Amino acid sequence: MFWRLLNLDRKVIFLLVLAAAGIPLFFPLNIGIKPSQPVKNIYNFIEKLSPGKNILISFDYGPSTRIECAPMAAAVMRQAFRRGLRVVGLTIWPEGAALASDLLKRVGKECGKEYGRDYLDLGYKPGNEMAILALSKGIQTICPRDAAGTPIEEFPILSGIRTLRDFDLILSFSGGFPGLTDWITIAQAQCHRPVAGGCTAVIASQLYPYINSGQLLGLMGGLKGAAEYETLIGQPEEACLAMDAQGVTHFLIAGLILLSNLVFFATRKKKKRSGGA
Amino acid sequence: MDLSQSQMAWFNLDKLNNFIGIFLFTALIAWFIFHARHRSLFIRKIAGLSAIDEAVGRATEMGRPVLYVPGLQDVDNIQTLAALSILGHVAEKTAEYETPLLCPCCRSVVMSTAQEVVRESYIRVGKADDFVRDNIRYLSDDQFGYVAGVDGLMIREKPAAIFFMGPFYAESLILAETGHSTGAIQIAGTAEASQLPFFVAACDYTLIGEELYAASACLSRDPVQVGSLKGQDAGKAIILGAILLSCLLITLSQIFGWSGLEETIRAVFRT
Amino acid sequence: MKRQLPIFITFIAGITMIIQFFLPRLEHATVPPLGDLFLNWFLIIFAFAYILGGASLVVVNFSKIAKSAPGWGYNAVLLVGLFGTLAAGLFGGINEGSLFRYIFNYVFTPLSATMFALLAFFIASAAFRAFKAKTMEATLLLIAALIVMIGQVPLGQALWSHLPFLKGISLNILIDDWIMNGFNAAGQRAIILGASLGLISMSLKILLGIERSYLGGD
Repeated sequence: MFWRLLNLDRKVIFLLVLAAAGIPLFFPLNIGIKPSQPVKNIYNFIEKLSPGKNILISFDYGPSTRIECAPMAAAVMRQAFRRGLRVVGLTIWPEGAALASDLLKRVGKECGKEYGRDYLDLGYKPGNEMAILALSKGIQTICPRDAAGTPIEEFPILSGIRTLRDFDLILSFSGGFPGLTDWITIAQAQCHRPVAGGCTAVIASQLYPYINSGQLLGLMGGLKGAAEYETLIGQPEEACLAMDAQGVTHFLIAGLILLSNLVFFATRKKKKRSGGA
Repeated sequence: MDLSQSQMAWFNLDKLNNFIGIFLFTALIAWFIFHARHRSLFIRKIAGLSAIDEAVGRATEMGRPVLYVPGLQDVDNIQTLAALSILGHVAEKTAEYETPLLCPCCRSVVMSTAQEVVRESYIRVGKADDFVRDNIRYLSDDQFGYVAGVDGLMIREKPAAIFFMGPFYAESLILAETGHSTGAIQIAGTAEASQLPFFVAACDYTLIGEELYAASACLSRDPVQVGSLKGQDAGKAIILGAILLSCLLITLSQIFGWSGLEETIRAVFRT
Repeated sequence: MKRQLPIFITFIAGITMIIQFFLPRLEHATVPPLGDLFLNWFLIIFAFAYILGGASLVVVNFSKIAKSAPGWGYNAVLLVGLFGTLAAGLFGGINEGSLFRYIFNYVFTPLSATMFALLAFFIASAAFRAFKAKTMEATLLLIAALIVMIGQVPLGQALWSHLPFLKGISLNILIDDWIMNGFNAAGQRAIILGASLGLISMSLKILLGIERSYLGGD
């Protein structure tokens, strides 16, 4: 029996994961979410910004990481619009352009904001970190038009904004490279602008040194970070809904790890008793 | 920044600490390269590199190809360059043993460069005729499109040895698990800290962080490469010393109230 | 010349970018500033790399179809997808409601999301197979992983607060202060520092023409 457990077919594990992730979506547990300090840092900073201030959001994710990054971006935008802040969006991921555009329009419409006056979509900027460097020198050079092709001079939102230095907060929601670390390297280290953002859970752990050193104002790590932010703004949406599924799946994986270790030690003990290697 | 010439400084003093650091580091590397040309410098063995021979030999015995995945970024990424450098050595081994080498690339420029690197390796070993250009192919720029292609390649071709070298992201575990399911020996190397745990869990050998950059020096034993590697190590030792000294001094300044000292140290390390 | 010219261009471009970082007045001696010029050139070349990528894709897949190589049908599907999407974007636009956006939203997005979702299954099977406490280091890793996995989700936090022997230990302090900001940050910092030094060294070697692998062999 131990041998069978030790060599459990992957398909059984896959079915268990499917059940763990799927069932809570139909039968939610509705457990409260406690926001962590790195997430609260972003929320508190935006709450202190006065109406009319400008924030730049970079939607650095694609369809694969949309599920983690989009809820964070949406939650931040809702708070920003509620505070009367002006939001300029762009992306340095080619597949992020359509996603950024859809999200900006959806949240902007939901909050009753006007395109060009309250928010703007600058579209995709090629060049990865070089695009960020170009933005630090002059937005006009790299973004002469918005995503729809309209010259940016026609938009009142960009009056007084020439470079990254003119933004009061820069946020990047990143699904990988290029992303938050590049914004820290250029926007924070060279332009001395406050930088915050969110990322997929898998890369969140490597951004903690930047929080400790003060280079990153705050961080939303993965779907949990998004759920915490939705809780802070008082508008639980898809991230909060998905946390139950994530929680049960985590418990399943922890259980599988414990099971495999129990079986491992049991078989090792059995081998020692029978005089095996 | 709208600065007139008369207002602009010749030297940006805010970056003085960076300048001193880079100058010092460059001097260290230059010094060690000079020394490496005149005497042998010690480099410890890296397990993953020692296993390259074993991996290629295993593939030859089993009559199955070697699969080399050079990461998901372009040639402007330093990890990709390090991966291409290791590819040259792996290609020499596969040329010697007449084992097919498959190298799917995520960027077209990486494909062109990889083809040249492998071709040069085959020529160096005297097996120019065995070089098959089509074995080094471009799959897709898209992350998961590329992963789907590589997974398909693994399942169809069933390589006996798989190398994952370069920049990897979320797809690392998908690649490593699929490779494991084919029974191949897997050697991985990446400087992406977030992906290292997945490679360590799923692969037989892993080059961690800068071991990827050191690989080129370790494999070639070229004095310039070895010298620059030793220079890096010396730089690390200096940073380690600086961290320890700063921690001690700041602790003492907190205890004895030496605020001037604390401010000076913070100014030295300010970015 | 085939190798000297790229090395020379690399050196000049690299030195210019370094100069513009440290010597702003020297950098602005030319009009337009050389650093800005090179940056703009890079952005243009970067965009053209997509064309090169597309051309390579077409050549590689078309030659497989022409030779009727095994699995050539998949190559044909790829080319149909490539040209179809390209045509949809060029002739129908890429705005909301266009065919291109329809393909992106209902074909590309679900496919990408599905591939990423596979990770959940693979993590579970890899964890079951590989996370065994064979050594002291592996045991410590296991304990930290279990605490973070359970403690980072609301379900785990709720259960933790109900367990009598764990109630006294603050999960936030354990995870945030000790594990994430303590051990994790220290380890990540070390890897970042080491990798950054490797990056600087490699960059210097490329700038000075010592490292030439990007040119294709020695």
